Amino acid sequence: MPSYVIPEKCDGCKALDKTACQHICPNDLMVLNKDIMKAYNREPEMCWECYNCVKICPTQAIEVRGYADFVPMGATVTPMRSSDSILWTVKFRNGMLKRFKFPIRTTSEGTAEPEGGYSTEPDLNSEVLFTEPDSIGMDQMWTK
Amino acid sequence: MADFETKEITTDVLILGGGMAASGAAVEAAYWAKKNGLQVALVDKAAMDRSGAVAMGLSAINQYVGLKDGQNTVKDYVDYVKNDLMGIARDDLVASIARHVDSTVHLFEKWGLPIWKDEEGAYVHEGRWQLMINGESYKVIVAEAAKNAVGTDNIYERVFITEPLVADGRCVGAVGFSVRENIFYVFKAKAVLAAMGGAVHVFKPRSAGEGLGRAWYPPWNSGSSAYFTLKAGAEMTCQEVRFIPVRFKDAYGPVGAWFLLFKSRATNAQGEAYMETRRDELEKWKPYGLVKPIPANLRNWLMMLDVMEGKGPIYMRTEEAIQNIAKSEGDEKAAKKKLKELEAEAWEDFLDMTISQAILWAATNTAPEEKPSEIAAAEPYFIGSHSGASGAWVSGPADIAPEEYQWGYTNMSTVKGLFCAGDASGASSHKFSSGSHAEGRIAAKAACRFALDNADIPEVDAGKIEEMKKTILAPLDKFAQNSKDSSDPDINPAYMKPKMFMFRLQKIMDEYAGGVTAQFSTSKAQLEKGLELLTFLKEDAEHLAAEDLHELMRCWENVHRMWQAEAHVRTILAREETRWPGYYFRSDTPQMKEDWEVFVNCVWHPDSGEWEMKKVPIKRLFE
Ligand SMILES: Cc1cc2nc3c(=O)[nH]c(=O)nc-3n(C[C@H](O)[C@H](O)[C@H](O)COP(=O)(O)OP(=O)(O)OC[C@H]3O[C@@H](n4cnc5c(N)ncnc54)[C@H](O)[C@@H]3O)c2cc1C
Ligand code: SF4
Ligand code: SF4
Repeated sequence: MPSYVIPEKCDGCKALDKTACQHICPNDLMVLNKDIMKAYNREPEMCWECYNCVKICPTQAIEVRGYADFVPMGATVTPMRSSDSILWTVKFRNGMLKRFKFPIRTTSEGTAEPEGGYSTEPDLNSEVLFTEPDSIGMDQMWTK
Repeated sequence: MADFETKEITTDVLILGGGMAASGAAVEAAYWAKKNGLQVALVDKAAMDRSGAVAMGLSAINQYVGLKDGQNTVKDYVDYVKNDLMGIARDDLVASIARHVDSTVHLFEKWGLPIWKDEEGAYVHEGRWQLMINGESYKVIVAEAAKNAVGTDNIYERVFITEPLVADGRCVGAVGFSVRENIFYVFKAKAVLAAMGGAVHVFKPRSAGEGLGRAWYPPWNSGSSAYFTLKAGAEMTCQEVRFIPVRFKDAYGPVGAWFLLFKSRATNAQGEAYMETRRDELEKWKPYGLVKPIPANLRNWLMMLDVMEGKGPIYMRTEEAIQNIAKSEGDEKAAKKKLKELEAEAWEDFLDMTISQAILWAATNTAPEEKPSEIAAAEPYFIGSHSGASGAWVSGPADIAPEEYQWGYTNMSTVKGLFCAGDASGASSHKFSSGSHAEGRIAAKAACRFALDNADIPEVDAGKIEEMKKTILAPLDKFAQNSKDSSDPDINPAYMKPKMFMFRLQKIMDEYAGGVTAQFSTSKAQLEKGLELLTFLKEDAEHLAAEDLHELMRCWENVHRMWQAEAHVRTILAREETRWPGYYFRSDTPQMKEDWEVFVNCVWHPDSGEWEMKKVPIKRLFE
């Protein structure tokens, strides 16, 4: 049962027009039970444990319990993702804790400009791509 | 027929998929489209922010050539790829990607991807071609640039592409359906670019319970690129060149940083390093057995020989590697500091791209500095962008490709108007995330040019589209009509649910085409039997049933897998030798043969439904 939803914490994303977990799961696994307004993973054996639903849930209602067919019980790995970094808490079966913090991006969300500030090459008939050769850092694209 | 509205979208350049290659294509196409008054649309079965193989993130960029600093040349990269694939590579395509990939990596950095730098401001390398990154948001960042370029109004998420639209031998669009609402989509375009990734779950994975989804390759890429290009009638190449990665056992955490950065050894249970003790075996596979680095499949093979002799488990000697690094630091304080850094690096490697491995280490109280961890060969996957090579046969660039390998538009398949990139194009492996993005750009620029040069598109017969809609929605009808005949909706004499269909495919492939239980070994007789069973399966595909939209997607994913499987079996059968023993072993033709240093291509002819196999000579770019 890789990702699972804690019922008390899930509010069915009622403030949003669609549930965050359903929106993000690359394998279309998370669905909302509209009767009780709680989400669940409909095909746990098709879950990659990519943690995208865990990271996006606004109420931290989703956790992951390692695949029961090969993972001993008792360990957890929990992310806390902000706009520029991610903090991981790893709890071992024997209770040991480790924390790691890593940067995730150097620009603010939404600002990625396609040209990346490079000058653009206007010839559609050449093999040179639109930001090249500037973005290669050379005067010319390599050719034979 | 199930009640579905039909929505028709007409555009100029249609990008199928939203992964690395498609994101590169989007950025490039948007630029040329704007300049030339073209429209661009992109379709992804998932949400682009987290779709494809990079959905979880990555901890390294695996292709960076370093042209501007003179670190390597384009030829260096071509040599590396050709050798790793035992000679079977299109030099022109590999060179084409290598000359553009740095440009793409520099863009990633501008967009906000944190690439590690040393004190002098130079990129930190994991290996010769690999750069270390903080890649949790790699896909988010790359998708963001693509979305900003194309505009979200032109992006269709949660639409599963099912079939190509072909008229007069030209690809003029695609059809699919929404997995959220009852809508059947018809996309019409002047140029179509397929970039729907590779395939997993064609073979039975080692874990078949809850861990079924924990394949190394993500469970959501189901062979749609191969299916789409095959069904359009495109010539395919290297369909035999599957990839089997060796990874930490069960959770499939990456080993690259351990081997390359931490200089770890792998040994068998007796402490013998198979790369040393089995060195003589490499002679048998020369010239490629003797090159440096030793090809990935041969490294696998030496390990597999130990396993077959009962010398497992095989261990990554993390404790030894860490001790060696600590020792090399001199004083104790420096060693302690270094160890702390290494620990964070080792965990980040997992947390950025295979979180399951972090869970498994925590659940088994693994302290890598104290005890080694098991590694194993995973199951076979189709990922032509990584260390496999399967994909469509595409045109090389006019300025470098030999005449036989070019037909006007770079990265166009043998079907007019159908372009391919990333896992969708073949014989150009080791492009990885960055090279796939670069190749998406190359293909998209050519696609824009094609769209301008070929503005008139042949009409697709409306009746034909209606027929396709009926076939695609048939599993819903099958369920509605028959489910009441049994008290269990999953078990019914009139139909088969997609999950069991997938298990049947996996069992055939595993046992007859050299999967895990066959220790990756097969033969002519095995393959022929496998083909016979695949034929029954193909017939039974007409009895697939779906309860809802999600299951309808599962039905078609598995049909796509089945076609990838058939192309694979037919091509292993055609190649009468063993060339990549660590990927598959033909027990009836156990050696590599000089006269098989050729491409084996295949075409499925839409008119006759016949398969054609071809031997295609290799033309080298550099001697
Ligand atoms: C576990 C793993 C680790 C890796 N590690 C590294 C690494 O460290 N460094 C590195 O550089 N590379 C790495 N790679 C390789 C890299 O991820 C791939 O080379 C790259 O993602 C290929 O790009 P692509 O666009 O062809 O496919 P993908 O990026 O997988 O994109 C496929 C896209 O197609 C969509 N799609 C699929 N089917 C359909 C359909 N029927 N209809 C509509 N859309 C569809 C998917 O949703 C997705 O958007 C790794 C790959 C894996 C699997
Ligand atoms: S994202 Fe969280 S709160 Fe929203 S539906 Fe999913 S589990 Fe519930
Ligand atoms: S962990 Fe990933 S695959 Fe699993 S349900 Fe969440 S988003 Fe989907």
